[in-house]
Amino acid sequence: MSFVSLNQEEKKKLLDTLGIHDTMELFETIPREFLLEKGLHVPGPYDEQTIESMFSVEPSSVVFAGGGIYRHHIPAMVEAIAARQEFYTSYTPYQPELSQGTLQVIFEYQSMMTRLTHMDVSNASMYDGATALAEACLMAIRTKDVDKILLSKAINPSYRSVTRTYLRAMGDVEIEEIPFDAISGRIDLDALRNALTRRSAFFIQNPNFFGIIEPMDEVASMMKDVAFWGVVVTEAVSLGIMRPPGDYGPDVVVGEAQSFGNPPTAGGPLLGFFCTRNEYVRRMPGRLAGLTRDKDGRQAFCLTLATREQHIRREKATSNICSNQGLCVLRAAAYLSSVGPLGLRAIAEQCAYGTRYLMSLLKNKGIESVFTGPVFNEFVLRIGEGSLEKAKEEGIVPGIRIDDFYPEITDGHLITVTELNSERDCKCLLEII
Amino acid sequence: MSIRDNLTSSIELLEPVIYSMSGQGKNKAILPMPFPKTSLGDIEGPLINDDPPDLPDISEVESVRHYTRLSRLNYAIDQGMYPLGSCTMKYNPKISEKIATKLSNIHPGDTDAMQPILQLLENLASHLKEICAMDACTLWPAAGAHGELTGMMVIKKAVLERGEHRPEVLIPDTAHGTNPASCTIAGFRAVKVPSGEKGYLEASTLSKYINENVAALMITNPNTLGIFEQEIGKISELLHKNGSYLYMDGANMNAIMGIARPGEMGVDCMHLNLHKTFASPHGGGGPGSGPVLVKHELEPYLPVPWIVRNNEGRLRLVRNAPKSIGSIHSGLGNLSVLMKALCYIISLGQEGIREAAETSVLIASYMKKSLEDCYYLPYNTPTLHEFVLTDRYQKEKGITTLDIAKALMDFGFHPPTIYFPLVVTGAMMIEPTETEPLTEVDRFIDAMKKIDELSKKDPGQFSGMPASTPVSRVDEVWAARNLILSWKTRESNTEESPSK
Amino acid sequence: MKFPEDLKYTKDHEWGKAKGNRLIAGITDYAQDELGDIVYIEFNEKGSTIKQGAVFGTVESVKAVSELYAPASGTIVEINESVVDAPEIINKDPYGDGWMIVIEMNDPAELDKLMDSEEYRSYVEKEAK
Repeated sequence: MSFVSLNQEEKKKLLDTLGIHDTMELFETIPREFLLEKGLHVPGPYDEQTIESMFSVEPSSVVFAGGGIYRHHIPAMVEAIAARQEFYTSYTPYQPELSQGTLQVIFEYQSMMTRLTHMDVSNASMYDGATALAEACLMAIRTKDVDKILLSKAINPSYRSVTRTYLRAMGDVEIEEIPFDAISGRIDLDALRNALTRRSAFFIQNPNFFGIIEPMDEVASMMKDVAFWGVVVTEAVSLGIMRPPGDYGPDVVVGEAQSFGNPPTAGGPLLGFFCTRNEYVRRMPGRLAGLTRDKDGRQAFCLTLATREQHIRREKATSNICSNQGLCVLRAAAYLSSVGPLGLRAIAEQCAYGTRYLMSLLKNKGIESVFTGPVFNEFVLRIGEGSLEKAKEEGIVPGIRIDDFYPEITDGHLITVTELNSERDCKCLLEII
Repeated sequence: MSIRDNLTSSIELLEPVIYSMSGQGKNKAILPMPFPKTSLGDIEGPLINDDPPDLPDISEVESVRHYTRLSRLNYAIDQGMYPLGSCTMKYNPKISEKIATKLSNIHPGDTDAMQPILQLLENLASHLKEICAMDACTLWPAAGAHGELTGMMVIKKAVLERGEHRPEVLIPDTAHGTNPASCTIAGFRAVKVPSGEKGYLEASTLSKYINENVAALMITNPNTLGIFEQEIGKISELLHKNGSYLYMDGANMNAIMGIARPGEMGVDCMHLNLHKTFASPHGGGGPGSGPVLVKHELEPYLPVPWIVRNNEGRLRLVRNAPKSIGSIHSGLGNLSVLMKALCYIISLGQEGIREAAETSVLIASYMKKSLEDCYYLPYNTPTLHEFVLTDRYQKEKGITTLDIAKALMDFGFHPPTIYFPLVVTGAMMIEPTETEPLTEVDRFIDAMKKIDELSKKDPGQFSGMPASTPVSRVDEVWAARNLILSWKTRESNTEESPSK
Repeated sequence: MKFPEDLKYTKDHEWGKAKGNRLIAGITDYAQDELGDIVYIEFNEKGSTIKQGAVFGTVESVKAVSELYAPASGTIVEINESVVDAPEIINKDPYGDGWMIVIEMNDPAELDKLMDSEEYRSYVEKEAK
């Protein structure tokens, strides 16, 4: 297969215009020693059917995996909208006259995110929740006199890992982890109190990595004197039921919105969101779409505050990011308009009901989850090797393993229930444990 | 086609903002409810919101029409040529899209289902290594800029492991704007190096900047003028002798894939932009993908997870790599984009890859030749897949690059990249790509010539352009001064309405 | 392009006008023209001290951001709040209503290091090439 449109005759016409015989004459500026003599060892060309057969993969029949990437029902409408090639094959909306569609979608996404989080401003999205957290740390350091980043140890381990990678470059900023209470799985408030200083920036995930809802009022009351603090939300569907994180008064709310209309796709693309308060608007990373007018006074949209960005500020930019997850934003916006306010609430409730249903089945069998704190959609369970083997035979994915990240929780698995699971799924899981 | 002609009053909207269409009870969606209602008493009270979330409440029909109408306000590659220099807006094959959706229901925690996917990722990595003549590859960077940052972090770690302190990275003035920003975020100081009069970096200039502080040179090849960095051999020698690395921004790899390989030019570390060279769609700004490729020496520092085959032949994701820079993404990068790139590569095969590069250069050269009489060409050096013209001739009549760009819209084209690279005043950077039909290419040339004529005959017309787009020239100054970044209430938005 | 004769100019395109020990400062006509429509401006705090050539604020247009450099050392005793609220004033009247700050100078002799109107005019002509 080739996607070149020219036929031989047309190629010849171009060569004639250029007064040459062979295209290779156009590469005369490449020193001869660097010209490839043999062909590349690359398979193909293949036809569409052959290619399709190479990409057939079936998921396991019963899946309780989450931990930052979630399976949710995606309304058919979302697929139909996302397939529109006018969105799909367009470029970054730098030329607003030709990109009003993309720009308005971004503006509406920004509007939805600020209303869901109760924050003033949302950017047009980032690579994923982890890089959004890392960028939030960088913004804290840039804007406030911060010498220490405090991360709750119950923040998704890969988020903490990415943050460490990003901050290592900053050199002199220390990262300290705040432990969780071994019984409740909630943040250890005494440890937090002892670690806080006026120069710290603190981040907490809610619901936390173990699915547990943190004592946010107590946490917020301790934040009066810190330089900066933020809430991380890795399951955006929780915003359908939980009190909006902005109500606790953080400087940022960042996290992952893949749950909004984006399938898990084996690990990506994800959809990082970044919401903050007005005072940071000129210091925040990422693209922003703004409302404006055209020459004739009609409503129009354009990218704005581009001066924060890399192509103008270069080495002084607020971040090096110069894309957003455009298609994922489109899917999220279409999803939220499809499910609506009551629908998002209902889905969040289903996750909570399903989790409680499974926990009660387990409890009746005498199996307790590792932590006692109240949960939203996930909980931690110890699952031994024997059960794991049975699960494998039955095609059940009983959550994701977390003891690599938390060695103290031997055999620990994070079990996630969504509206794509069923009572039958839960009973299947029960059988193997 | 003009939607605007049908609008009578200047305050009318093209498509209302979705919140303004909302009305309680309009949304009648029925969603899956597999579980019985149970008490949420344990989390009620201060933790739960009494009200449903503040989202638009509209019917499915309204919602579908809303987004469909919005889509029609966009220009797209499926509609016509997008000659954005250094952005490589080539056609996005539909088969790539189809295969990517086949993986959508797989959760990365489903380790059995992940086996064939890890194998596909392995295959992609090996093809990319072959195309670039590099030794190792990480697929996780989620965009070109993310790849640059990853590459810079890898180099930083390697320098530290050698027990050295090298705070500087050299960047030619023809580099992409992201390069200096990526260096800074990785903890380096960016030092600008001037390119020569011929439009490429000269080794003799570079040698003046080389010292024990230099960790790397970050070069784009071919560069943003479309010119091949012909002293790359000498440049890599100079750097290596000094213990510095050669980083290549592979944004313009489309010109040379299958023709020449960076690894053989002495490149130690580079990134590719799969959404450019390997035809995955731009999606209005993302998701992209920016894999990083390195030589053996830098392999230990690549980000985790690594895809490793165990003794039983099973592929695993390994997170424990002591020298690695750590992780850079919480999932597996933009995995679906990786699959689209793999699909593209095997659709083409080695002949097709080479044909793509050759044709991209052939079409760009033809276009340049056809336009160089009407537009000023700042550099005489032969170019590859893209070239830069300026508004020097048109400016005599007061017509600028921006005017030319807006006028092109009225001819049905997306404008080229403008005012970049910064080393050229009033630059128009044009990259047609190999997938454009000759008729489209000729139509563009024709439009550019007509615009030149118009600039001489009737320069006054330009201020009204574009006239055929859904909106006329958009006031970016108003946007920046007023900063309305989300829809407030209908009332408050009307108060500060731009229409007044 | 205007180059008033009673002003002193920096290489970074700020102007200063001395009145006794006080110096009124802003950006030049050339600078506002190069920046284009100014959308935002930010100054160091009133009462803060500053060295000649150090940054006293940032000016932002749609296409560029520039630091502002002090023409003389001293203390910032006044800030033009009206340009903070309506930065377009700087585009309209860079030498008049578009003034930015007043510096109580430590050493007025420092101004001798700056360019006069003629020197600045030829400096700009060279830069514009």
